[in-house]
Amino acid sequence: MSRAAFVIAAFIAATAVARAADIPWDQRRSDSDFVSADTRAMQNDDTANPAMLVVLDGETLWNERTGTTNQSCADCHGDAAKSMKGVAARYPAMVAEQDRPVDLEQRIMMSRLADQKAAALPFESKELLALTAYIARQSRGMPVAVKDDAQAKPFIAAGRAIFERRQGQLDLSCAQCHDDNWGKKLAGNLVPQAMATGYPIYRLEWQEVGLLQRRLRNCMSGMRAEPYDFGAPELVDLEYFLMWRARGLAMESPAVRP
Amino acid sequence: MARALIHVPASAKKGDVIEIKTLISHVMETGYRIGITGTPIPRDIIDDFVCTYNGEEVFRAKLYPAIAANPFITFFTVATASGTLAFAWTDQHGATQVQTAAITVE
Repeated sequence: MSRAAFVIAAFIAATAVARAADIPWDQRRSDSDFVSADTRAMQNDDTANPAMLVVLDGETLWNERTGTTNQSCADCHGDAAKSMKGVAARYPAMVAEQDRPVDLEQRIMMSRLADQKAAALPFESKELLALTAYIARQSRGMPVAVKDDAQAKPFIAAGRAIFERRQGQLDLSCAQCHDDNWGKKLAGNLVPQAMATGYPIYRLEWQEVGLLQRRLRNCMSGMRAEPYDFGAPELVDLEYFLMWRARGLAMESPAVRP
Repeated sequence: MARALIHVPASAKKGDVIEIKTLISHVMETGYRIGITGTPIPRDIIDDFVCTYNGEEVFRAKLYPAIAANPFITFFTVATASGTLAFAWTDQHGATQVQTAAITVE
């Protein structure tokens, strides 16, 4: 790992210039543009994309009755292909029950606890991943459309502050790689723009499906920073900012990443 | 029962070369990794895959610990007659999962 740290430090030293501006609107690209053609082909073929196995598990769970109310998601929401179309493209979002935004996984959990009166599912549990992947799949191809009204703005701004703040032992900010140096190489990999349009993703390195929060925690460990806990408000703010930054780009969930 | 995804063309002309794709959900645990308690995670892999076409074996693969999780196996065969393609994955404990797909050959 110290070699990786050295590579990152050398990379930053070589590019130690003042923070550039945000990525211009017309230069924003999907993270799929930064993966190999083979990985992209795997993502776009439903018979080859391994995340589809998890999506099918999610479909089963969607129709399964659970909790003390003995209701399934489908009992209220019906056909997910209709009722959940575009939903993932609008999250994170403000919810009436709280005075702050929640991400898609947290929204699923709220419904599970309040409406189904079922047991909570831990973050990254197989069931929560499956439901999230199934719901996110229904938005494939739709433009990201998170709200940025007056109520949401402070949280997007808080997310931006985390994105642009130098942190960790490498004294590195998210923006230094993903705003200033995207398209260049970091230890043999192309640095993407961090457009979070494909979550949950199947990451080949993980050999399984994971959520955006897991990916963000990964990046924080890479910066030698203390990662926020799963479900932390800071992570949700960061997710909100990333989706706001990707507004208008097409959803690709479930994407495949190296 | 693990979840599997199979893609076989619904119909083909006699003599056509057809592509078959299979994907099965499996951890393919190598046995070489150490768990958080410091003890090795036991090996758990699928080690055999067979495809039969109307009872005749047309493809077989041996799988080893270096195969990634959720094995994706794709291969070609010649469409000879209408009927059934059967796919069987067997794990190291001897448990077999079989799934079938129908094909119409004109």
